[in-house]
Amino acid sequence: MTTLLSASGVSRAFGGLQALSLCNLDVEKGSITGLIGPNGSGKTTLFNVITGYVKPDAGTVTFNGQNITNARPDAVFSLGVGRTFQLTRIFSRISVLENMLIATQHDESWLRGLLRSKSSKTEVDNAMELLDFVGIAKLADLQAGALSYGQRKLLELAYVLVADPDVILLDEPAGGVNLTLINGIAEKIRTLNKAGKTFLIVEHNMEFVMSLCDSVTVMHQGSNLVTGTPAEVRANPLVLDAYLGGGDDGEDDLREAVASA
Amino acid sequence: MLSKKNLWWVLAAAVFALFPLVVTNPLYTTIGVFTVIYMACATSWNMFSGYSGYIALGSAVFYGSGAYTMALLSIHLHMAAGSSQFWLVPVGGLVAMAFAAPIGWIALRVRRHTFVVITIAVFFIFQLAAINFGFTGGTSGLNLPFITWGFQNYNTPFYYVGLILVVFATLLSMAVRRSRFGLQLLAIRDDEDRALGLGVKVSAVKITGFTMSAFTVGMAGALYALFVGQIYPQFVFDPMFDVSIALMTFLGGLGTLTGPLLGALILEASQQYLTVTFSNGSLYLILFGALFLIVIIFMPQGIVVYLRDRVTKRVERERAAVAANDIASPDVALGGAR
Repeated sequence: MTTLLSASGVSRAFGGLQALSLCNLDVEKGSITGLIGPNGSGKTTLFNVITGYVKPDAGTVTFNGQNITNARPDAVFSLGVGRTFQLTRIFSRISVLENMLIATQHDESWLRGLLRSKSSKTEVDNAMELLDFVGIAKLADLQAGALSYGQRKLLELAYVLVADPDVILLDEPAGGVNLTLINGIAEKIRTLNKAGKTFLIVEHNMEFVMSLCDSVTVMHQGSNLVTGTPAEVRANPLVLDAYLGGGDDGEDDLREAVASA
Repeated sequence: MLSKKNLWWVLAAAVFALFPLVVTNPLYTTIGVFTVIYMACATSWNMFSGYSGYIALGSAVFYGSGAYTMALLSIHLHMAAGSSQFWLVPVGGLVAMAFAAPIGWIALRVRRHTFVVITIAVFFIFQLAAINFGFTGGTSGLNLPFITWGFQNYNTPFYYVGLILVVFATLLSMAVRRSRFGLQLLAIRDDEDRALGLGVKVSAVKITGFTMSAFTVGMAGALYALFVGQIYPQFVFDPMFDVSIALMTFLGGLGTLTGPLLGALILEASQQYLTVTFSNGSLYLILFGALFLIVIIFMPQGIVVYLRDRVTKRVERERAAVAANDIASPDVALGGAR
Protein backbone atom coordinates (compact mmCIF):
# COMPACT_ATOMS: atom_id res chain seq x y z
CA MET A 1 0.00 0.00 0.00
CA THR A 2 1.23 3.46 -0.79
CA THR A 3 0.23 6.66 0.85
CA LEU A 4 -1.98 8.73 -1.46
CA LEU A 5 -2.79 11.67 0.74
CA SER A 6 -0.80 12.79 3.72
CA ALA A 7 -0.83 15.65 6.19
CA SER A 8 2.13 16.04 8.49
CA GLY A 9 2.71 18.44 11.35
CA VAL A 10 -0.29 20.58 10.37
CA SER A 11 -1.12 23.41 12.78
CA ARG A 12 -3.72 26.11 12.52
CA ALA A 13 -5.04 28.60 15.06
CA PHE A 14 -8.17 30.75 14.81
CA GLY A 15 -7.39 33.65 17.10
CA GLY A 16 -6.68 32.07 20.48
CA LEU A 17 -8.19 28.71 19.52
CA GLN A 18 -5.64 26.13 18.42
CA ALA A 19 -7.86 24.16 16.04
CA LEU A 20 -5.03 21.95 14.80
CA SER A 21 -1.69 21.36 16.47
CA LEU A 22 0.94 19.17 14.81
CA CYS A 23 -1.65 16.89 13.30
CA ASN A 24 -0.57 13.93 11.15
CA LEU A 25 -2.77 11.86 8.88
CA ASP A 26 -1.99 9.30 6.18
CA VAL A 27 -4.53 7.96 3.74
CA GLU A 28 -3.50 4.74 1.96
CA LYS A 29 -4.30 4.38 -1.70
CA GLY A 30 -7.45 2.35 -2.20
CA SER A 31 -8.51 2.50 1.43
CA ILE A 32 -11.56 3.82 3.21
CA THR A 33 -10.10 5.82 6.06
CA GLY A 34 -12.26 7.09 8.89
CA LEU A 35 -11.61 10.24 10.86
CA ILE A 36 -13.45 10.46 14.16
CA GLY A 37 -13.22 12.53 17.29
CA PRO A 38 -15.34 14.64 19.62
CA ASN A 39 -16.93 17.87 18.41
CA GLY A 40 -14.33 20.59 18.07
CA SER A 41 -11.40 18.20 17.73
CA GLY A 42 -10.40 19.71 14.38
CA LYS A 43 -11.71 17.19 11.83
CA THR A 44 -13.41 19.69 9.55
CA THR A 45 -10.52 22.15 9.87
CA LEU A 46 -8.18 19.39 8.72
CA PHE A 47 -10.49 18.82 5.72
CA ASN A 48 -10.37 22.53 4.99
CA VAL A 49 -6.58 22.59 5.16
CA ILE A 50 -6.26 19.58 2.85
CA THR A 51 -8.67 21.00 0.26
CA GLY A 52 -7.18 24.50 0.31
CA TYR A 53 -10.04 26.38 1.99
CA VAL A 54 -7.91 27.16 5.05
CA LYS A 55 -4.18 27.85 4.98
CA PRO A 56 -2.20 26.06 7.70
CA ASP A 57 0.14 28.00 10.00
CA ALA A 58 2.63 25.15 9.79
CA GLY A 59 2.97 21.69 8.28
CA THR A 60 2.67 20.18 4.82
CA VAL A 61 0.00 18.39 2.85
CA THR A 62 1.07 16.05 0.07
CA PHE A 63 -1.04 14.27 -2.52
CA ASN A 64 0.47 11.62 -4.77
CA GLY A 65 3.90 12.77 -3.62
CA GLN A 66 3.16 16.34 -4.70
CA ASN A 67 3.19 19.17 -2.16
CA ILE A 68 -0.25 20.80 -2.20
CA THR A 69 0.11 22.92 0.94
CA ASN A 70 -1.45 26.36 0.35
CA ALA A 71 -2.80 25.40 -3.09
CA ARG A 72 -6.15 27.01 -3.97
CA PRO A 73 -9.33 24.88 -3.72
CA ASP A 74 -9.84 24.79 -7.50
CA ALA A 75 -6.26 23.60 -8.02
CA VAL A 76 -6.57 20.92 -5.35
CA PHE A 77 -9.79 19.70 -6.95
CA SER A 78 -8.20 19.61 -10.40
CA LEU A 79 -5.42 17.41 -9.06
CA GLY A 80 -7.95 14.82 -7.94
CA VAL A 81 -9.11 15.58 -4.41
CA GLY A 82 -12.90 15.92 -4.20
CA ARG A 83 -14.89 16.72 -1.09
CA THR A 84 -18.39 17.15 0.26
CA PHE A 85 -19.46 19.46 3.06
CA GLN A 86 -20.97 18.76 6.45
CA LEU A 87 -24.03 20.84 5.60
CA THR A 88 -24.81 19.84 2.03
CA ARG A 89 -23.95 22.57 -0.39
CA ILE A 90 -25.60 22.31 -3.76
CA PHE A 91 -26.36 25.03 -6.30
CA SER A 92 -30.02 25.46 -5.50
CA ARG A 93 -31.24 27.68 -8.32
CA ILE A 94 -29.92 25.73 -11.28
CA SER A 95 -31.06 22.32 -12.44
CA VAL A 96 -29.75 19.05 -11.03
CA LEU A 97 -28.06 18.27 -14.34
CA GLU A 98 -26.41 21.70 -14.43
CA ASN A 99 -25.11 21.05 -10.92
CA MET A 100 -23.43 17.96 -12.32
CA LEU A 101 -21.87 19.83 -15.25
CA ILE A 102 -20.10 22.45 -13.13
CA ALA A 103 -17.38 20.04 -12.09
CA THR A 104 -16.67 19.08 -15.71
CA GLN A 105 -14.96 22.42 -16.31
CA HIS A 106 -12.14 21.97 -13.83
CA ASP A 107 -9.51 21.01 -16.39
CA GLU A 108 -10.29 23.56 -19.07
CA SER A 109 -9.33 27.22 -19.04
CA TRP A 110 -11.99 29.77 -18.07
CA LEU A 111 -11.80 31.31 -21.55
CA ARG A 112 -12.72 28.02 -23.16
CA GLY A 113 -15.91 27.93 -21.11
CA LEU A 114 -16.78 31.26 -22.67
CA LEU A 115 -16.30 29.94 -26.18
CA ARG A 116 -17.92 26.56 -25.67
CA SER A 117 -21.62 27.08 -25.79
CA LYS A 118 -22.68 23.60 -24.80
CA SER A 119 -21.44 20.73 -22.72
CA SER A 120 -20.48 17.78 -24.89
CA LYS A 121 -22.65 14.70 -25.19
CA THR A 122 -20.03 12.66 -23.35
CA GLU A 123 -20.14 15.06 -20.43
CA VAL A 124 -23.93 14.99 -20.27
CA ASP A 125 -24.07 11.21 -20.64
CA ASN A 126 -21.49 10.74 -17.93
CA ALA A 127 -23.43 13.09 -15.64
CA MET A 128 -26.68 11.21 -16.25
CA GLU A 129 -24.94 7.90 -15.61
CA LEU A 130 -23.71 9.12 -12.23
CA LEU A 131 -27.13 10.51 -11.35
CA ASP A 132 -28.52 7.11 -12.20
CA PHE A 133 -25.87 5.51 -9.99
CA VAL A 134 -27.01 7.48 -6.95
CA GLY A 135 -30.66 7.04 -7.96
CA ILE A 136 -31.84 10.55 -8.81
CA ALA A 137 -31.58 10.50 -12.62
CA LYS A 138 -35.32 11.13 -12.97
CA LEU A 139 -34.89 14.47 -11.21
CA ALA A 140 -32.21 15.78 -13.60
CA ASP A 141 -34.35 18.63 -14.96
CA LEU A 142 -35.61 19.91 -11.62
CA GLN A 143 -34.23 22.94 -9.86
CA ALA A 144 -31.83 21.49 -7.33
CA GLY A 145 -33.37 23.55 -4.52
CA ALA A 146 -36.48 21.38 -4.75
CA LEU A 147 -34.64 18.21 -3.73
CA SER A 148 -35.19 16.62 -0.34
CA TYR A 149 -32.33 16.57 2.15
CA GLY A 150 -31.37 13.00 1.34
CA GLN A 151 -31.42 13.66 -2.40
CA ARG A 152 -29.18 16.66 -1.86
CA LYS A 153 -26.65 14.44 -0.10
CA LEU A 154 -26.73 12.08 -3.07
CA LEU A 155 -26.39 14.94 -5.55
CA GLU A 156 -23.39 16.29 -3.67
CA LEU A 157 -21.73 12.90 -3.81
CA ALA A 158 -22.55 12.56 -7.51
CA TYR A 159 -21.23 15.93 -8.66
CA VAL A 160 -17.93 15.36 -6.91
CA LEU A 161 -17.64 12.06 -8.82
CA VAL A 162 -18.08 13.86 -12.15
CA ALA A 163 -14.45 14.94 -12.19
CA ASP A 164 -13.33 11.39 -11.38
CA PRO A 165 -11.18 12.32 -8.35
CA ASP A 166 -8.69 9.82 -6.92
CA VAL A 167 -9.63 10.53 -3.34
CA ILE A 168 -12.96 11.74 -1.98
CA LEU A 169 -13.31 13.47 1.37
CA LEU A 170 -16.78 13.05 2.86
CA ASP A 171 -17.77 15.28 5.76
CA GLU A 172 -20.50 13.46 7.71
CA PRO A 173 -22.15 11.62 4.81
CA ALA A 174 -24.56 9.95 7.24
CA GLY A 175 -25.37 13.06 9.25
CA GLY A 176 -29.06 13.88 9.45
CA VAL A 177 -30.29 11.11 7.15
CA ASN A 178 -32.43 8.10 7.93
CA LEU A 179 -31.16 4.55 8.35
CA THR A 180 -32.28 3.31 4.93
CA LEU A 181 -30.40 6.09 3.18
CA ILE A 182 -27.34 5.61 5.41
CA ASN A 183 -27.15 2.02 4.23
CA GLY A 184 -27.65 3.17 0.66
CA ILE A 185 -24.80 5.64 0.93
CA ALA A 186 -22.52 3.04 2.56
CA GLU A 187 -23.29 0.72 -0.34
CA LYS A 188 -22.34 3.38 -2.90
CA ILE A 189 -19.09 4.04 -1.06
CA ARG A 190 -18.22 0.33 -1.08
CA THR A 191 -18.98 0.04 -4.78
CA LEU A 192 -16.83 3.04 -5.60
CA ASN A 193 -14.06 1.80 -3.36
CA LYS A 194 -14.01 -1.54 -5.18
CA ALA A 195 -13.66 0.44 -8.41
CA GLY A 196 -10.50 2.01 -7.03
CA LYS A 197 -11.59 5.19 -5.29
CA THR A 198 -9.99 6.16 -2.02
CA PHE A 199 -12.15 7.67 0.73
CA LEU A 200 -11.51 9.77 3.80
CA ILE A 201 -14.63 10.03 5.91
CA VAL A 202 -15.48 12.21 8.89
CA GLU A 203 -18.46 10.74 10.68
CA HIS A 204 -20.07 10.62 14.12
CA ASN A 205 -22.13 7.53 13.38
CA MET A 206 -19.82 4.87 14.88
CA GLU A 207 -21.61 1.92 13.37
CA PHE A 208 -21.20 3.49 9.93
CA VAL A 209 -17.49 4.16 10.44
CA MET A 210 -16.63 0.84 12.06
CA SER A 211 -18.39 -1.26 9.44
CA LEU A 212 -17.04 0.67 6.46
CA CYS A 213 -13.49 1.76 7.22
CA ASP A 214 -10.21 -0.13 6.84
CA SER A 215 -8.39 2.28 9.08
CA VAL A 216 -9.59 4.81 11.61
CA THR A 217 -7.80 7.84 13.00
CA VAL A 218 -9.08 9.45 16.17
CA MET A 219 -8.54 13.16 16.64
CA HIS A 220 -8.46 14.95 19.95
CA GLN A 221 -7.84 18.64 20.63
CA GLY A 222 -6.37 19.30 17.22
CA SER A 223 -4.02 16.38 16.81
CA ASN A 224 -4.18 12.73 15.91
CA LEU A 225 -4.52 10.54 18.98
CA VAL A 226 -4.74 6.97 17.76
CA THR A 227 -4.66 5.27 14.36
CA GLY A 228 -5.55 1.65 13.74
CA THR A 229 -8.14 -0.80 12.50
CA PRO A 230 -11.67 -0.25 13.78
CA ALA A 231 -11.22 -3.05 16.31
CA GLU A 232 -7.98 -1.62 17.65
CA VAL A 233 -9.43 1.83 17.97
CA ARG A 234 -12.50 0.58 19.75
CA ALA A 235 -10.35 -1.20 22.32
CA ASN A 236 -8.02 1.72 22.95
CA PRO A 237 -8.61 3.39 26.35
CA LEU A 238 -7.27 6.70 25.08
CA VAL A 239 -10.20 6.94 22.70
CA LEU A 240 -12.70 6.64 25.49
CA ASP A 241 -10.80 9.30 27.40
CA ALA A 242 -11.04 11.58 24.42
CA TYR A 243 -14.78 11.13 24.11
CA LEU A 244 -15.71 11.05 27.75
CA GLY A 245 -12.92 13.05 29.33
CA GLY A 246 -10.42 11.35 31.58
CA GLY A 247 -7.69 11.66 34.17
CA ASP A 248 -10.09 12.00 37.06
CA ASP A 249 -10.42 9.17 39.55
CA GLY A 250 -14.18 9.27 39.55
CA GLU A 251 -14.29 9.04 35.80
CA ASP A 252 -12.08 5.96 35.69
CA ASP A 253 -14.96 3.93 37.04
CA LEU A 254 -17.23 5.28 34.40
CA ARG A 255 -14.65 4.52 31.74
CA GLU A 256 -14.37 0.91 32.85
CA ALA A 257 -18.10 0.65 32.89
CA VAL A 258 -18.32 1.92 29.32
CA ALA A 259 -15.45 -0.26 28.13
CA SER A 260 -16.97 -3.38 29.50
CA ALA A 261 -20.37 -2.58 28.11
CA MET B 1 -41.29 26.31 -38.14
CA LEU B 2 -41.32 28.78 -35.31
CA SER B 3 -41.94 27.51 -31.85
CA LYS B 4 -44.49 29.32 -29.75
CA LYS B 5 -41.78 30.93 -27.64
CA ASN B 6 -39.83 32.19 -30.66
CA LEU B 7 -43.05 33.56 -32.11
CA TRP B 8 -43.37 35.88 -29.13
CA TRP B 9 -39.82 37.12 -29.63
CA VAL B 10 -40.46 37.81 -33.34
CA LEU B 11 -43.71 39.56 -32.52
CA ALA B 12 -42.07 41.76 -29.90
CA ALA B 13 -39.19 42.58 -32.26
CA ALA B 14 -41.67 43.56 -34.96
CA VAL B 15 -43.56 45.87 -32.62
CA PHE B 16 -40.32 47.59 -31.60
CA ALA B 17 -39.09 47.82 -35.18
CA LEU B 18 -42.34 49.39 -36.39
CA PHE B 19 -42.78 51.77 -33.44
CA PRO B 20 -41.25 54.96 -34.98
CA LEU B 21 -43.08 54.33 -38.25
CA VAL B 22 -46.45 54.21 -36.53
CA VAL B 23 -45.84 56.74 -33.76
CA THR B 24 -44.32 59.81 -35.36
CA ASN B 25 -44.88 62.37 -32.62
CA PRO B 26 -41.33 63.37 -31.49
CA LEU B 27 -42.60 63.61 -27.93
CA TYR B 28 -43.24 59.87 -27.89
CA THR B 29 -40.29 58.78 -30.02
CA THR B 30 -38.07 60.56 -27.48
CA ILE B 31 -39.59 58.32 -24.83
CA GLY B 32 -38.85 55.41 -27.17
CA VAL B 33 -35.16 56.31 -27.43
CA PHE B 34 -34.72 56.54 -23.65
CA THR B 35 -36.61 53.29 -23.20
CA VAL B 36 -34.41 51.27 -25.57
CA ILE B 37 -31.28 52.77 -23.99
CA TYR B 38 -32.42 51.60 -20.56
CA MET B 39 -33.52 48.20 -21.89
CA ALA B 40 -30.02 47.64 -23.25
CA CYS B 41 -28.37 48.79 -20.02
CA ALA B 42 -30.61 46.72 -17.73
CA THR B 43 -30.08 43.60 -19.85
CA SER B 44 -26.34 44.09 -19.85
CA TRP B 45 -26.27 44.79 -16.10
CA ASN B 46 -28.30 41.65 -15.49
CA MET B 47 -25.84 39.62 -17.56
CA PHE B 48 -23.29 40.04 -14.80
CA SER B 49 -25.08 41.12 -11.62
CA GLY B 50 -28.19 39.03 -12.22
CA TYR B 51 -26.35 35.83 -13.11
CA SER B 52 -23.54 36.09 -10.57
CA GLY B 53 -25.47 37.70 -7.71
CA TYR B 54 -22.89 40.46 -7.40
CA ILE B 55 -25.15 43.53 -7.29
CA ALA B 56 -23.06 46.33 -8.80
CA LEU B 57 -24.32 49.84 -8.08
CA GLY B 58 -21.68 51.70 -10.06
CA SER B 59 -22.61 51.02 -13.68
CA ALA B 60 -22.94 54.74 -14.30
CA VAL B 61 -19.14 54.69 -14.36
CA PHE B 62 -19.36 52.84 -17.67
CA TYR B 63 -22.32 54.84 -18.92
CA GLY B 64 -20.45 58.06 -18.20
CA SER B 65 -17.19 56.77 -19.67
CA GLY B 66 -19.00 55.95 -22.89
CA ALA B 67 -20.69 59.35 -22.95
CA TYR B 68 -17.45 61.26 -22.38
CA THR B 69 -15.67 59.12 -24.97
CA MET B 70 -18.30 60.09 -27.52
CA ALA B 71 -18.15 63.78 -26.59
CA LEU B 72 -14.36 64.10 -26.37
CA LEU B 73 -13.62 62.18 -29.55
CA SER B 74 -16.32 64.04 -31.51
CA ILE B 75 -14.87 67.37 -30.40
CA HIS B 76 -11.17 66.62 -30.68
CA LEU B 77 -11.34 64.63 -33.91
CA HIS B 78 -13.40 67.49 -35.40
CA MET B 79 -15.95 65.03 -36.63
CA ALA B 80 -18.69 66.20 -38.93
CA ALA B 81 -21.94 66.20 -36.99
CA GLY B 82 -24.14 63.41 -38.20
CA SER B 83 -24.38 59.72 -38.82
CA SER B 84 -20.61 59.09 -38.97
CA GLN B 85 -20.52 59.73 -35.22
CA PHE B 86 -22.42 56.51 -34.66
CA TRP B 87 -19.12 54.71 -35.32
CA LEU B 88 -17.92 56.11 -31.99
CA VAL B 89 -20.63 54.19 -30.13
CA PRO B 90 -18.65 50.90 -29.98
CA VAL B 91 -15.52 52.90 -29.11
CA GLY B 92 -17.39 54.17 -26.05
CA GLY B 93 -18.13 50.56 -25.16
CA LEU B 94 -14.48 49.57 -25.45
CA VAL B 95 -13.35 52.48 -23.25
CA ALA B 96 -15.92 51.42 -20.66
CA MET B 97 -14.48 47.89 -20.76
CA ALA B 98 -10.97 49.28 -20.29
CA PHE B 99 -12.17 50.94 -17.08
CA ALA B 100 -14.19 47.91 -16.01
CA ALA B 101 -11.31 45.42 -16.01
CA PRO B 102 -9.18 47.12 -13.29
CA ILE B 103 -12.27 48.18 -11.31
CA GLY B 104 -13.49 44.58 -11.36
CA TRP B 105 -10.07 43.32 -10.39
CA ILE B 106 -10.24 45.43 -7.22
CA ALA B 107 -13.94 45.32 -6.36
CA LEU B 108 -14.44 41.58 -6.98
CA ARG B 109 -11.98 40.63 -4.26
CA VAL B 110 -14.77 41.14 -1.76
CA ARG B 111 -18.22 39.66 -1.51
CA ARG B 112 -21.82 40.81 -1.35
CA HIS B 113 -22.38 43.99 0.64
CA THR B 114 -18.77 45.08 0.63
CA PHE B 115 -18.74 44.71 -3.14
CA VAL B 116 -21.82 46.94 -3.42
CA VAL B 117 -20.19 49.61 -1.27
CA ILE B 118 -16.97 49.52 -3.30
CA THR B 119 -18.83 49.92 -6.60
CA ILE B 120 -20.65 52.95 -5.14
CA ALA B 121 -17.34 54.41 -3.96
CA VAL B 122 -15.75 53.93 -7.38
CA PHE B 123 -18.77 55.60 -8.92
CA PHE B 124 -18.31 58.74 -6.78
CA ILE B 125 -14.62 58.86 -7.60
CA PHE B 126 -15.53 59.02 -11.31
CA GLN B 127 -18.23 61.64 -10.75
CA LEU B 128 -15.85 63.83 -8.76
CA ALA B 129 -13.14 63.37 -11.37
CA ALA B 130 -15.52 64.44 -14.16
CA ILE B 131 -16.52 67.52 -12.17
CA ASN B 132 -12.96 68.52 -11.33
CA PHE B 133 -10.85 67.64 -14.37
CA GLY B 134 -10.30 70.32 -16.97
CA PHE B 135 -10.65 68.19 -20.08
CA THR B 136 -14.17 67.09 -19.08
CA GLY B 137 -15.39 70.66 -18.99
CA GLY B 138 -16.13 70.47 -15.27
CA THR B 139 -19.66 71.25 -14.14
CA SER B 140 -20.46 73.13 -17.33
CA GLY B 141 -20.07 69.89 -19.25
CA LEU B 142 -19.34 69.37 -22.93
CA ASN B 143 -21.28 70.31 -26.04
CA LEU B 144 -21.18 67.96 -28.97
CA PRO B 145 -21.22 69.17 -32.58
CA PHE B 146 -24.78 70.18 -33.36
CA ILE B 147 -26.59 67.72 -35.61
CA THR B 148 -28.81 69.52 -38.12
CA TRP B 149 -31.34 66.82 -38.87
CA GLY B 150 -34.93 67.86 -39.20
CA PHE B 151 -36.97 68.05 -36.03
CA GLN B 152 -39.56 65.58 -37.27
CA ASN B 153 -37.28 62.61 -37.88
CA TYR B 154 -34.40 63.50 -35.57
CA ASN B 155 -35.16 60.67 -33.13
CA THR B 156 -35.49 57.81 -35.58
CA PRO B 157 -31.78 56.93 -36.18
CA PHE B 158 -31.10 57.07 -32.43
CA TYR B 159 -34.05 54.82 -31.79
CA TYR B 160 -32.84 52.19 -34.25
CA VAL B 161 -29.25 52.26 -33.03
CA GLY B 162 -30.61 51.89 -29.50
CA LEU B 163 -32.71 48.97 -30.67
CA ILE B 164 -29.61 47.35 -32.16
CA LEU B 165 -27.97 47.68 -28.74
CA VAL B 166 -30.99 45.98 -27.14
CA VAL B 167 -30.81 43.10 -29.62
CA PHE B 168 -27.04 42.82 -29.13
CA ALA B 169 -27.30 42.84 -25.33
CA THR B 170 -30.14 40.30 -25.39
CA LEU B 171 -28.32 37.91 -27.75
CA LEU B 172 -25.15 38.20 -25.68
CA SER B 173 -27.05 37.61 -22.46
CA MET B 174 -28.76 34.60 -24.04
CA ALA B 175 -25.44 33.19 -25.25
CA VAL B 176 -23.87 33.67 -21.82
CA ARG B 177 -26.81 32.06 -20.05
CA ARG B 178 -26.55 28.97 -22.22
CA SER B 179 -22.77 28.72 -22.23
CA ARG B 180 -20.59 26.87 -19.78
CA PHE B 181 -19.24 30.27 -18.77
CA GLY B 182 -22.74 31.35 -17.76
CA LEU B 183 -23.16 28.17 -15.77
CA GLN B 184 -20.07 29.13 -13.80
CA LEU B 185 -21.56 32.58 -13.08
CA LEU B 186 -24.77 30.93 -11.83
CA ALA B 187 -22.75 28.56 -9.67
CA ILE B 188 -20.94 31.55 -8.16
CA ARG B 189 -24.31 33.13 -7.36
CA ASP B 190 -25.59 30.02 -5.59
CA ASP B 191 -22.44 29.13 -3.63
CA GLU B 192 -19.13 30.67 -4.56
CA ASP B 193 -16.94 28.64 -2.18
CA ARG B 194 -18.48 25.40 -3.30
CA ALA B 195 -17.93 26.37 -6.95
CA LEU B 196 -14.28 27.09 -6.16
CA GLY B 197 -14.00 23.63 -4.65
CA LEU B 198 -15.34 22.12 -7.89
CA GLY B 199 -12.60 23.69 -9.94
CA VAL B 200 -14.34 26.90 -11.10
CA LYS B 201 -11.78 29.68 -11.52
CA VAL B 202 -14.02 32.18 -9.79
CA SER B 203 -11.84 35.30 -9.98
CA ALA B 204 -11.24 35.06 -13.72
CA VAL B 205 -14.90 34.27 -14.39
CA LYS B 206 -16.16 37.18 -12.30
CA ILE B 207 -13.80 39.77 -13.82
CA THR B 208 -14.62 38.59 -17.35
CA GLY B 209 -18.35 38.81 -16.75
CA PHE B 210 -18.04 42.22 -15.10
CA THR B 211 -15.97 43.58 -17.99
CA MET B 212 -18.26 42.14 -20.65
CA SER B 213 -21.31 43.71 -19.08
CA ALA B 214 -19.64 47.15 -19.20
CA PHE B 215 -19.45 47.03 -23.01
CA THR B 216 -23.13 47.58 -23.82
CA VAL B 217 -23.56 50.06 -20.97
CA GLY B 218 -20.65 52.10 -22.38
CA MET B 219 -22.17 51.98 -25.85
CA ALA B 220 -25.51 53.12 -24.46
CA GLY B 221 -23.79 56.03 -22.71
CA ALA B 222 -22.14 57.06 -25.96
CA LEU B 223 -25.48 56.93 -27.76
CA TYR B 224 -27.08 59.00 -25.00
CA ALA B 225 -24.38 61.68 -25.34
CA LEU B 226 -24.92 61.87 -29.08
CA PHE B 227 -28.68 61.99 -28.65
CA VAL B 228 -28.92 64.81 -26.11
CA GLY B 229 -25.97 66.75 -27.60
CA GLN B 230 -24.59 68.03 -24.32
CA ILE B 231 -23.42 66.16 -21.26
CA TYR B 232 -22.89 67.12 -17.63
CA PRO B 233 -21.13 65.05 -14.94
CA GLN B 234 -24.24 64.86 -12.76
CA PHE B 235 -26.36 63.47 -15.62
CA VAL B 236 -24.04 60.85 -17.07
CA PHE B 237 -22.44 59.88 -13.75
CA ASP B 238 -25.87 59.77 -12.17
CA PRO B 239 -26.55 57.67 -9.04
CA MET B 240 -30.18 57.38 -10.18
CA PHE B 241 -28.91 55.49 -13.24
CA ASP B 242 -27.28 52.84 -11.04
CA VAL B 243 -30.38 52.42 -8.94
CA SER B 244 -32.76 52.54 -11.90
CA ILE B 245 -31.27 49.69 -13.92
CA ALA B 246 -31.03 47.56 -10.77
CA LEU B 247 -34.67 48.25 -9.87
CA MET B 248 -35.82 47.60 -13.44
CA THR B 249 -34.13 44.22 -13.34
CA PHE B 250 -35.53 43.35 -9.91
CA LEU B 251 -39.01 44.31 -11.07
CA GLY B 252 -38.83 42.16 -14.19
CA GLY B 253 -36.90 39.27 -12.67
CA LEU B 254 -33.27 39.17 -11.59
CA GLY B 255 -31.23 36.62 -13.51
CA THR B 256 -33.84 36.04 -16.22
CA LEU B 257 -33.53 36.96 -19.87
CA THR B 258 -36.80 38.81 -20.35
CA GLY B 259 -36.96 40.31 -16.85
CA PRO B 260 -34.68 43.33 -17.40
CA LEU B 261 -36.25 44.00 -20.81
CA LEU B 262 -39.73 44.03 -19.33
CA GLY B 263 -38.71 45.96 -16.23
CA ALA B 264 -36.97 48.68 -18.23
CA LEU B 265 -39.87 48.89 -20.67
CA ILE B 266 -42.41 49.33 -17.88
CA LEU B 267 -40.43 51.70 -15.66
CA GLU B 268 -38.63 53.92 -18.16
CA ALA B 269 -41.57 54.29 -20.52
CA SER B 270 -44.05 55.02 -17.74
CA GLN B 271 -41.67 57.39 -15.97
CA GLN B 272 -41.10 59.43 -19.11
CA TYR B 273 -44.77 59.33 -20.00
CA LEU B 274 -45.91 60.47 -16.56
CA THR B 275 -43.34 63.25 -16.51
CA VAL B 276 -44.48 64.48 -19.92
CA THR B 277 -48.20 64.13 -19.29
CA PHE B 278 -48.51 65.52 -15.80
CA SER B 279 -45.55 67.88 -16.02
CA ASN B 280 -45.16 67.12 -12.35
CA GLY B 281 -41.66 65.67 -12.18
CA SER B 282 -42.08 63.76 -8.95
CA LEU B 283 -45.48 62.12 -9.31
CA TYR B 284 -43.87 59.04 -10.78
CA LEU B 285 -41.80 58.56 -7.64
CA ILE B 286 -44.95 58.05 -5.57
CA LEU B 287 -46.42 55.62 -8.09
CA PHE B 288 -43.13 53.72 -8.35
CA GLY B 289 -42.91 53.42 -4.58
CA ALA B 290 -46.34 51.82 -4.50
CA LEU B 291 -45.52 49.54 -7.43
CA PHE B 292 -42.33 48.31 -5.80
CA LEU B 293 -44.11 47.57 -2.53
CA ILE B 294 -46.61 45.45 -4.41
CA VAL B 295 -43.95 43.59 -6.36
CA ILE B 296 -41.69 42.95 -3.40
CA ILE B 297 -44.53 41.70 -1.20
CA PHE B 298 -46.35 39.56 -3.77
CA MET B 299 -43.70 38.55 -6.30
CA PRO B 300 -40.24 39.00 -4.73
CA GLN B 301 -38.51 37.19 -7.59
CA GLY B 302 -39.93 39.60 -10.16
CA ILE B 303 -42.81 39.57 -12.61
CA VAL B 304 -41.33 37.09 -15.09
CA VAL B 305 -40.44 34.41 -12.53
CA TYR B 306 -43.81 34.86 -10.81
CA LEU B 307 -45.77 34.39 -14.01
CA ARG B 308 -43.60 31.54 -15.30
CA ASP B 309 -43.94 29.58 -12.07
CA ARG B 310 -47.71 30.04 -12.14
CA VAL B 311 -48.03 28.98 -15.78
CA THR B 312 -45.78 25.92 -15.49
CA LYS B 313 -47.00 25.02 -11.98
CA ARG B 314 -43.35 24.54 -11.05
CA VAL B 315 -43.76 23.98 -7.32
CA GLU B 316 -46.43 21.30 -7.68
CA ARG B 317 -44.49 19.55 -10.43
CA GLU B 318 -41.31 19.51 -8.37
CA ARG B 319 -43.01 18.22 -5.24
CA ALA B 320 -44.59 15.41 -7.20
CA ALA B 321 -41.33 14.43 -8.92
CA VAL B 322 -39.32 14.51 -5.69
CA ALA B 323 -41.86 12.41 -3.84
CA ALA B 324 -42.21 9.95 -6.72
CA ASN B 325 -38.46 9.43 -6.89
CA ASP B 326 -38.27 8.65 -3.19
CA ILE B 327 -40.83 5.89 -3.61
CA ALA B 328 -39.43 4.62 -6.91
CA SER B 329 -35.91 3.92 -5.68
CA PRO B 330 -35.94 1.96 -2.42
CA ASP B 331 -32.41 2.85 -1.35
CA VAL B 332 -33.28 6.49 -1.07
CA ALA B 333 -36.79 5.88 0.26
CA LEU B 334 -37.87 8.36 2.91
CA GLY B 335 -34.88 10.50 2.05
CA GLY B 336 -37.12 13.50 2.35
CA ALA B 337 -38.54 12.58 5.72
CA ARG B 338 -36.08 14.75 7.57
